[in-house]
Amino acid sequence: MGQEGKSEVSEDTERFDAIIVGAGLAGCTAAYLLAEKGLEVVVIERGSFAGSKNMTGGRLYGHSLEKVIPGFAERAPVERRVSKERISLLTEDSGFTIDFTSESLKDPSRASYTVLRSKFDSWYAEQAESNGAMFIYDICVDDLIVREGKVCGVIAGEDEMEADVVLLADGAVSLLAQRIGMRPAPTPQATAVGAKEVISLDERTVTDRFGLASGEGCAWMFDGYVTDGHIGGGFLYTNEDSVSLGVVTTIGDVDHSATTVPEMLRRLEGHPLVAPLLEGGKVIEYTGRLILEGGFDALPKLLDDGVLLLGDSAGFGINVGYAVRGMDLAIESGRLAAETVCDAKRAGDFSAASLASYRSRLEGSFILKDMRFYRKFPSFMEGTRNMFTSYPEMVEEIMMGMFTVDGSDPVRLKTKVKGAIGKVGLWNLAMDVKHGMGAL
Amino acid sequence: MEDMTIDEKLAVDKFHVDEGHEHICVDADASPSEIERLVKLCPAGLYRLDGTGRLTFDYAGCLECGTCLVVGLGGVVRSWSYPRGGMGVEFRQG
Repeated sequence: MGQEGKSEVSEDTERFDAIIVGAGLAGCTAAYLLAEKGLEVVVIERGSFAGSKNMTGGRLYGHSLEKVIPGFAERAPVERRVSKERISLLTEDSGFTIDFTSESLKDPSRASYTVLRSKFDSWYAEQAESNGAMFIYDICVDDLIVREGKVCGVIAGEDEMEADVVLLADGAVSLLAQRIGMRPAPTPQATAVGAKEVISLDERTVTDRFGLASGEGCAWMFDGYVTDGHIGGGFLYTNEDSVSLGVVTTIGDVDHSATTVPEMLRRLEGHPLVAPLLEGGKVIEYTGRLILEGGFDALPKLLDDGVLLLGDSAGFGINVGYAVRGMDLAIESGRLAAETVCDAKRAGDFSAASLASYRSRLEGSFILKDMRFYRKFPSFMEGTRNMFTSYPEMVEEIMMGMFTVDGSDPVRLKTKVKGAIGKVGLWNLAMDVKHGMGAL
Repeated sequence: MEDMTIDEKLAVDKFHVDEGHEHICVDADASPSEIERLVKLCPAGLYRLDGTGRLTFDYAGCLECGTCLVVGLGGVVRSWSYPRGGMGVEFRQG
């Protein structure tokens, strides 16, 4: 190829206003909104359909999707609307559970829904497609076309495709963001691994066993025994006719004990609090994924000339133990990216300076407000191993003291509590409460 | 539910195995402590020690999570990429 050929875009190179890499929730949101505004947009997905490579624990807080498609839950394939929140502290053979049920949890403005991504993302992609977005499946983007520091398109095998702007919504691993130096390789300390299985039960069984009304669901977090002292925990979400059961543990904490990730999940399956609820169930899928947990202080470069990072690729996520979020942030980032691209299109300028409004939009949104608010939480978790070891045992001892009647000599409740707390140390407990409250 | 091994769980999943294209290449001679970490962390339990204590790895059951990329690149993991488009695991639930 001669000099001329190099600088010119060859005739058969397709050109779009925007190329979106990844048909997850961030990518589909951006595609939906950009296509609605009449932009030529293509989504490139390495799986065979939207959702085929995507996994969630399972709960979508609906507020951000509500802004994109008002009343979405009426039409979208959500599993159940969460009306019951549970948190349990587990030891090997005990469980202390907080159970909160409220009609207010069902208010559409703040409702959350259990979802399964294979179904849900397929539906979302269809909505974007009917707005005019184009989806290409079975193509893995290998690299980005970068000219004079500006991202101009994507490379997949022999093929190249160009656009004014590329939106990277390619998930937590995001090899592409790493390749162009926008994101460092994730560190083990700021990354967790999740494993999940979907266990089928019939609709009625799920409803009855969890004490739910039809169509309503339960979100349940587990702390303690499951992770064998590792930073992390278990989760359970009720779907329409199945249950999503899983564990998450910080990768950098691997040396703490010999328990493997699959073994952690077996601990949860077999725990006396959980096992009876799964009776007769069949595992219909087993999945795993990476979770970026570095929070605000680990955020990458969010934009550059001709490129924006969305959702997991940008590290947008919040885990404060009782609320685990990623999907609502991904959707909001897709919406804000679409607004930014529309402005840039009007200005005819896709430089970093023009796209900088993405950063200010994020700053003004709940994404960076919430991530900044909870920025101390990741380091709090690292410094509070008691949360995963001695606290569940302390609570078990207090409860056993309260609920045991066996004819032995009576002991004052305060003495029982003092004894249980004494093992952890009142000072340690007070400090953890203080730091925990400061981080939340 | 019945107690299942990790292999039995993976057998439930749908995979399009890209025969002859290992998307993750490992080094069985890497440091034993690093190998041990991946034996514990891989959610699919694909990093295993055989009877002689040597690492075996089968890319076919990969869930494409990236955990070994984070822990092992430059050590146990010689190279890591996604499977080619349309190949690898296909989530029917997710």
